[in-house]
Amino acid sequence: MARINKSTPNTVTETSLESTAALLRELVAHLRENRTQLREEWVRRITESKLLTAMTREEIFAEATSVYDNYVAVLESGSVEALQAYARDLSERIIPRGVETHEVVGIVLLLRDVLARSLFKKYQSDFGLLNRVLDAYEPAANRIANTVAVSFVQERERIIRQQQEAIRELSTPVLQVRERLLILPIIGVIDPQRARQVTEQLLRGIRANRAKVVVIDITGVPAVDSTVANHLVQTVDASRLMGATVIVTGLSSEIAQTLVTIGVDLSKMKTVGDLQGGIEEAERLLGYKVMLEQTAEKLP
Amino acid sequence: MRVPILKQGDYLIASIQSALSDQELMQLRDDLAEQAGRFRSRGIIIDVTVLDVMDSFACRTLRSIAHILRLRGAQTAIVGIQPEVAFAMVQLGLALGEVQTALDLEEGLALLSRRTERGSGSEK
Repeated sequence: MARINKSTPNTVTETSLESTAALLRELVAHLRENRTQLREEWVRRITESKLLTAMTREEIFAEATSVYDNYVAVLESGSVEALQAYARDLSERIIPRGVETHEVVGIVLLLRDVLARSLFKKYQSDFGLLNRVLDAYEPAANRIANTVAVSFVQERERIIRQQQEAIRELSTPVLQVRERLLILPIIGVIDPQRARQVTEQLLRGIRANRAKVVVIDITGVPAVDSTVANHLVQTVDASRLMGATVIVTGLSSEIAQTLVTIGVDLSKMKTVGDLQGGIEEAERLLGYKVMLEQTAEKLP
Repeated sequence: MRVPILKQGDYLIASIQSALSDQELMQLRDDLAEQAGRFRSRGIIIDVTVLDVMDSFACRTLRSIAHILRLRGAQTAIVGIQPEVAFAMVQLGLALGEVQTALDLEEGLALLSRRTERGSGSEK
């Protein structure tokens, strides 16, 4: 075993820097030499700890190999950028399969432990050297664990943001069904941010389509509390300021009871039972008269 | 600057051209009250299209103008409130109360002719 630290002591810091670099080099050589065995040990520990259950054994082995190589490369170069890119790429692949944060952090920590164990074994005869090797190894290893965890979480947050954005875009269409009549079907939970967006979109729609009546259908809103009710009242008031009448439809019996129980005053709001009734009422207000021309015998 | 008030048949149209100071708003109120009587107008339209802010004083003054004119036997309609202004107003809790509103001048005229046809000032 090569002893590095005994040669020519210059200044203290230089020596320690040099020796750290040399120790890391030695460490990397050791990890490369025992790649097969350590990797297998690691995969065994992963399976044992029941991590990454969403993936098959072969997949775990393939990913483990590339993580291992990346890990060694970071120890060698000291730069985490390649690992960061790899971790992001890996996260992108495994997040849709339901891999959790604790699993990702868990496997990286396992690898750290497996490698540390092998170092203990290798340097067990010389405690001083082992100490110095660990001094060089631990900060690098912790930095790697950190990088992987942060990359994973960032990737997850990015996906969540993207999905929120997509849901928001999808869920608030303002549709014109007749000249000067808009409908706004709201599906899903209304939070303050969404309420604001819905209102802004509706007001712009009123101006763009010169709407006189708007039917807001909240059949798809699971729960209405006083906050949501207030948002609705605000939307109704704002629409009225732009000269449009609002009809709210689709209040289920539970929601109606809740609103009465908590004492929200919706008396200023025009409400009709269902969307069909709302549209009929709107047509009446606008002066439309829709009638059946003949019985529907043309239909198959 | 004084807000120009145009007479159009039975109606008066006050078309606001720029942001108004409190003083100018009160001037507008006095002018409308005076001219509505002089021309025996049945409807008044206040066009606020150019305003990008509506504060509590403006809201209160518009409400009181509508009230004064109702006492003088005329209907008032505020037209041209922008989406952003409408949203800001409800957020700030500013209300125009019973004052009629319409999308733009054309809608306002249609609204007033419908309401004045039915006889002076009776709610539907």
